Parts: sequence; structure tokens; C-alpha cells
Amino acid sequence: MPGPDPSRRVRLAVALFFAALLAAPLVYKRIETREKATQSAGVLSRYGFRFTESSKAAGIHFKHVSPKLDAKLHHIMPQVASMGAAVSIVDFDRDGWPDIYVTNSGEGTRNALYRNMHDGTFQDVASDVGLADLNAAGTGVSMGAVWGDYDNDGFDDVLVYKWGRPELFHNDGGKRFTRVTETAGLPPWVNANTAVWLDYDGDGKLDLFLGGYYPEDIDLWHLKTTKIMPESFEYAQNGGRKYLFHNLGNGRFEEVSAKLGIASRRWSLASVAADLRGTGFPDLFVANDYGVSELYLNEGGKRFREAGKETGIGFAPKSGMSAAVGDVFNQGRFGIYVSNISEEGVLVQGNNFWVPQPGATKTTIHFENMANSLGLELGGWSFGVQFGDLNNDGFEDLYVTNGDVSLDPNRSYWYDYSKVAGGNKAIISDAANWPPVDGRSLSGYQQKKVFVNDGSGQFREVAQLVGVTDVYDGRSVAIADFQNRGVLDAVVANQNGPLLLYRNTVQPGNNWIEFELEGQTSNRSAIGAQVRAFWNGQEQLQEVSGGSGFCAQNDRRLHFGLGKASRVDRVEIRWPSGKTQTIAAPELNRIHPVKEPS
Amino acid sequence: MKLENRYLPPLLITAILLVSQVSFGVLESFSRTLLAIATAMLCELLLARLFYHKWPVLASAYITGISVGILIRSPEYWPFALTSAIAITSKYVIRWRGRHLWNPSNFAICAMLLIAPEYIATLSIQWGNAIWPMLVVWVLGAVITWRVKRFHITATYVASFIALAFVRTLITGHPFLAEVAPITGPMYQLFIFFMITDPKTTVRSVRGQCVVAFFVAVAEMLFRLAHNVDAPYYALTCVGPVAMLLDVKVERPG
Repeated sequence: MPGPDPSRRVRLAVALFFAALLAAPLVYKRIETREKATQSAGVLSRYGFRFTESSKAAGIHFKHVSPKLDAKLHHIMPQVASMGAAVSIVDFDRDGWPDIYVTNSGEGTRNALYRNMHDGTFQDVASDVGLADLNAAGTGVSMGAVWGDYDNDGFDDVLVYKWGRPELFHNDGGKRFTRVTETAGLPPWVNANTAVWLDYDGDGKLDLFLGGYYPEDIDLWHLKTTKIMPESFEYAQNGGRKYLFHNLGNGRFEEVSAKLGIASRRWSLASVAADLRGTGFPDLFVANDYGVSELYLNEGGKRFREAGKETGIGFAPKSGMSAAVGDVFNQGRFGIYVSNISEEGVLVQGNNFWVPQPGATKTTIHFENMANSLGLELGGWSFGVQFGDLNNDGFEDLYVTNGDVSLDPNRSYWYDYSKVAGGNKAIISDAANWPPVDGRSLSGYQQKKVFVNDGSGQFREVAQLVGVTDVYDGRSVAIADFQNRGVLDAVVANQNGPLLLYRNTVQPGNNWIEFELEGQTSNRSAIGAQVRAFWNGQEQLQEVSGGSGFCAQNDRRLHFGLGKASRVDRVEIRWPSGKTQTIAAPELNRIHPVKEPS
Repeated sequence: MKLENRYLPPLLITAILLVSQVSFGVLESFSRTLLAIATAMLCELLLARLFYHKWPVLASAYITGISVGILIRSPEYWPFALTSAIAITSKYVIRWRGRHLWNPSNFAICAMLLIAPEYIATLSIQWGNAIWPMLVVWVLGAVITWRVKRFHITATYVASFIALAFVRTLITGHPFLAEVAPITGPMYQLFIFFMITDPKTTVRSVRGQCVVAFFVAVAEMLFRLAHNVDAPYYALTCVGPVAMLLDVKVERPG
């Protein structure tokens, strides 16, 4: 740049400005650290809850084992065989106490069904009821399970989805489970990582969405080729197909995905169904690894229309791992939280929280990612997420578990992983081109995230402060009030790790209310029923879910924290059948069983 | 013709960005990239006025801003503005005998990776999964660097990278394609067409430029063997100023 020499004063001023620029991140970091340090005192009084890991005391001694896939994948086995630890909550015997089903994934390992013994302990009864032996060689291994009463007999049935043969079991009165896979008409092999029960057409019978990860023609134990990997790290469309099974009644299902407009081969890892627009029909959100998420808008129960781009969520591809819906502002509308990957200095995708913008109608809805402004963005290599009011203050909080592969803590696979991740389709899609993991960690030993909602649009991350201190490779999180005491506990399934039960202690003084719904015209599990609680000018929306998070399902019972409110004005229930019901001033601090009016 | 050539690189990088965003939605958001561009141009305007009392040509600042906007990834807004500001300011602060030593965006990205790794990462993935967009960018980039007489730098670097990928394969035992894979990504397209060819931060002789490109590739190999995911940035940051200092020394001994 020609011209006169600048004065010494100008040079000095610009040099100081330059130094200030370089120092800015360090100052920012220091302020953040100082803020966190001042928060550590008086956790219970400050945040209103504290978790205590209590699995052993509760009689839970479950350890997940990863599968051993084809030897052609031996060099990257820890990375590819890194899923399958899953947990779902169900009251399978209808005794009024939530039970826990947890999947294992080693060949020949057994799944567990922990019956709630009502005294704070659990007992594994999976073998007794016929739900343990699901990982036999040749049939694939379990990836997750979702519960729903598909035949409306009053007992929740279970779909166990696998990298392998999906299995549907009928619940015989809470005493035994009968395998009904063939009668139901399920496909012989799906490499699935997500499933969700939903009644998409409102006919009172639960339908089923099943999302493939690897293509369904791949048997991961008998590979014909090593070209099975995603064709791109963020634009892959060579994954497994999607299935939508329409419940025909009589225990039979018809596959209708193509007919109804669901045709995708993205690598699905999570799905959640919820009525996002108030149409009375559930929309379907699918979080995909190696690509953008998809939002299937339900058009009157007759077909689905993929509206990712139209609604704003279909841009900026990331690594969708998990999805859950929550009404964090108490405005009576759902946002969708999607977990992704963030690794310091390597890949900072950030998690997404898609919040519907004002002016949404039944035909038009647009979302904006507000994870950053709410403080919900960074969660490491995030997997399972769930919303729930953990301190009963009247606002939903968020639990995020994380960590991919924890092996040698001092050696990282990230560099070699990033080499192929940036490579062209011809390179990345062939497992033979992937450098060996060689005992190294990939975002291992990560600290978990518990985000507390302060009620004014900000979340504060407090996991270490409230007792969530494990560093296992977390996969699946589910939330339930296991002791029927108005407090949400958390269960976490860890890959190659133990099942953890985080028992919650909530500071006394906050009120709560819970609803256990049972459909009559609607599906009996009441999946899809929406409950709005109104108190002190607040309006919180929750929906009974047939699966959410990563390979998880919360208890179907809905829990509302109420803070210091001494009264709930009313509760409005909209059943999947379209019927509405209002309960005026329901009694606080108790569980309300509610039957759909006939 | 000279004027046309000056605007070719900005036009190319803009075309790459627009096509990639429209086709694949590569950016977290346009707003972050625009913030990076605006900050770079604003800093350039202010500093050029302050230093030289002239209105500068903003093509170079535009390339810096857009490079920053594409190459860094962060969910936050401030790193985009800060990186651009550091980049442009570095040109005015870190100088030797009237020449700046580092490619501005390269320097700023390295600085941010060192001081704020928890907030930013660099672009490390493909845009799309088809080979044709990559070929289009490579061909266009090659034509334009040829026209601005910088193609020999790009060619030397690419040839060196591929040869040294083979050397790395021998050392690590990893597949050759895994070692070559990074250069097929969009980050390298920006690196080889815009960063290492930056006229202001390359040495004067053609032979010298080729030698420097080779040494950048060698330094990158060393960083890669040390498992550094941002190897090319650090390599250029290390080799670039040494080459510039030597060049200045040769130009004006004493």
C-alpha cells in the first residue's frame, strides 16, 4: 500500500488494538471461568436439585457390551460398533410404577427388564418374561426399544429394533411377551437406530416409524464389501431406508412409507413425533447423522411432506444424533432440540434448538436455531437428550449425555478421523480407506451436560455441580418419576459401560402435578395426546411420546413442575382422536390418572 | 487486463461460495460469513485511512473476509468478526521493511486456533458428495491462477502434497487414499488457490515461489505426522514469514 508513513503514534495505537484483539478470547474465557466458579456453592439451594448415582443401591448391575462386526471392520471396530446402549421406560405390568428396559449389543448378551419393586430397587425379569435373549448370533443385535399398546389391550407392547431382525413382542397381560414379528409383517433385516410409535392417521391404532442407519441389505457380520460407509461426512444419502408401518389391526402392519411420501436414505439416528402445528396430527422429525435433519409435515393423516428447507431446519448439515421436543418458554409450543458433534479445535458443529417463529399456522411454520442464544449449544460429541423439569420450578430443563469412544485417554483418533471425513465420496465410503483406531479415543471421557432453565430464556450448564460426574460414553437417556414422588430421575445407558440411575433430590417447596393418560377412542397408550397446563400466566405444553432422544423413550406419564404456584388454573387435554377435555384446578402434588371420555 | 486479473480471485471465491451454498447449504448461515466480510473490509478502510490517508482497494480484504467466513466454523458470531479483524490488523502491525509477512487470513486462523480452540474449528468436511463440483472448482481455480501467473505455486504444492502423502503412507502404514483424502476437500481448494498464492505474501521469483510451496508441503507433512488437524494452516504460518524475511533480505541486504 503506497503512501506516506504513518506516525509512530498511529503505529502504537494500532499495535495496541491488535494486542487487544488477540487478548479478547482469553479475557472472555476468564470471565466465563470466574462465573462458573462462583456458582459452585450451595448447589441444592441455587439450582434446586441434585443427582446421586444410585444404580448399585437400586440393584441395577447392567453393563453394555458392543458387538463384534465383520473382521473387515476390525481396524475401525470401536468407531463403527459404537451404538446399541439404549434405555426405555415403561410400566409393563401396569402396577403404577415405571420399569426400565435396557438393550445390550454383544452377540449372545442379554437385554434386561428392570421391574420397579416400589422400594427404590429394581429386579431384572427380562428372562422370565421373554425379553432377554434378543442378541443371538445370526439375528443381529439390539439397538433400542420403543413401547406402545398396538392392539389396545391395555398393556404396552414392545418393538426391539436392531442392526438385524426387528422384533415385535406382544405384552400378554404384563406377565409374558410373545414374539409376533412375522404376523406383524416386519421386514427380515433393518440396520435401524431409531423407531417411534405414532398414530399418524388418528384411527386409534398405533403405527410405527422405523429409521435405517446402514442400508438394510448389509449384514454387518458378513460383509461382501467394505464400501458400506457414508459417502460424505455431511451430505450422505446412502444410508438405510425408512419404514412407516400402518397398523391394520389384528396384529398386522402394512409398510406405507413410499405411498405417504417418506423416501429418504439419510443415515437416521433419531426420530420424534409431535404435533408441531396444532393440526391434530403428529409431524415427524428425523435427525440424521452425516447430513441435514428432515421434517415430515403430516398432511391430515393422509401423507407426509418433507419440509426441512421450507421450515428452515434443512440447511447447514451436521451430525444429528438425537432429537427431543420441549416447551422451554412455557408458551404452549414445542421447540426441537437436536444433538450434534463438537470437539474443541476440530469440529464445532454445535447442537441445534429449533424454535418455531411467531406467526406459525397450521400450514406454515418456520424454525430458527436458538441454541446459541439460549446457552444450549456446546455438548461435546452429544448423543441422548431429554427435556424434563428437573427441579420442579415450572420450566423444562435439558439433560444431554455425550462421548463417543473412550479408549486410551492420551491418544486421540480425531486427526485420522478428520482425514477421511474431509475426503471425497470414493475415499470416505470405503472402510478400507479409514485409518485404524488403534486403541485411541474419539471424543472420549467427556463431561456430561445438564442445562438448567432459568425461566427467562437462558440455560446454565450445571452437570458437574449437580452430581452428574460420570465420563462414560453416554448414548441413551430416559427420564421418569420412578418413586412416584413428583421428582424426575434420569437413567443413562452407556456404550460399553454400566447403566446409570441418577436419583434426583429436589429442594422441598416446589409443587408438581402428573398425568397418566389412557385412551379409549384414541390409542390406549395415549401416544400423541397433548396436555397444556395453565398456571400463573404460564402455559406449558407436553405430549405423550412414543419415543424420543437417542434410542430412548421416557415414561409416558407427563410431569409438570409448578414452582411455588399453589394452584393450576386448568389443564387442557387434546386426545389423538381430536376430543378435548378440560380439568379445572386439579389437585397439586399428585398423579392424576385420566381416561379419555367416551 | 491488469484490473481484470485483480478481480478474478474475488470473483472465483464468490462463485465458489454461492454455488456451494445454493447447492449444498455449506454455511452455518450467510450472516456469519457476511459479518466476516464486513469486518475485514471495515478494518481495511479504517486502517488504510489511518496509515496511508487513502481509500484502499477492497478486493484483498474481501478475499480475507470471505476466506475467514468459509474456513472457520463456529456456532458463535464473534469469532468471525474477531478473526477478520485480527487478519486485517496483522497486515499493518506485523511488517518488515514495508512488507507484511503472513497471509492475513492464515495468520488469523492460526491465532484463533491457538487462543480460542473451544470456540472455533476449521472447515474439514466435503461440500456435497459428488466429484463434479470439486472438478469444476479445480478447473476454474487452475485457469484463474494461470491467468494471474500463480499456477506454478498451486501445481508445485499439489504435486508435493501427493508425493508426501505417499511418504506418510510409508511411515504410518495408513492407506494412501486416506493420506490423499484431505486435498479433495473444499478447505484445500481455498488454501491452494487463495492462501499460498497470495501475491503480497509470496516471494518474488518464480523459482523461489515453487521452493516455498514445496517447503510448505514438507512442513505440513511434519504437522500431519504429529496428528495436527490444522496442518496446512500451521505449515504456511511457519514457512511463509521465513521465506518472506529471506526474500526481503535478498532484495535489500543489510
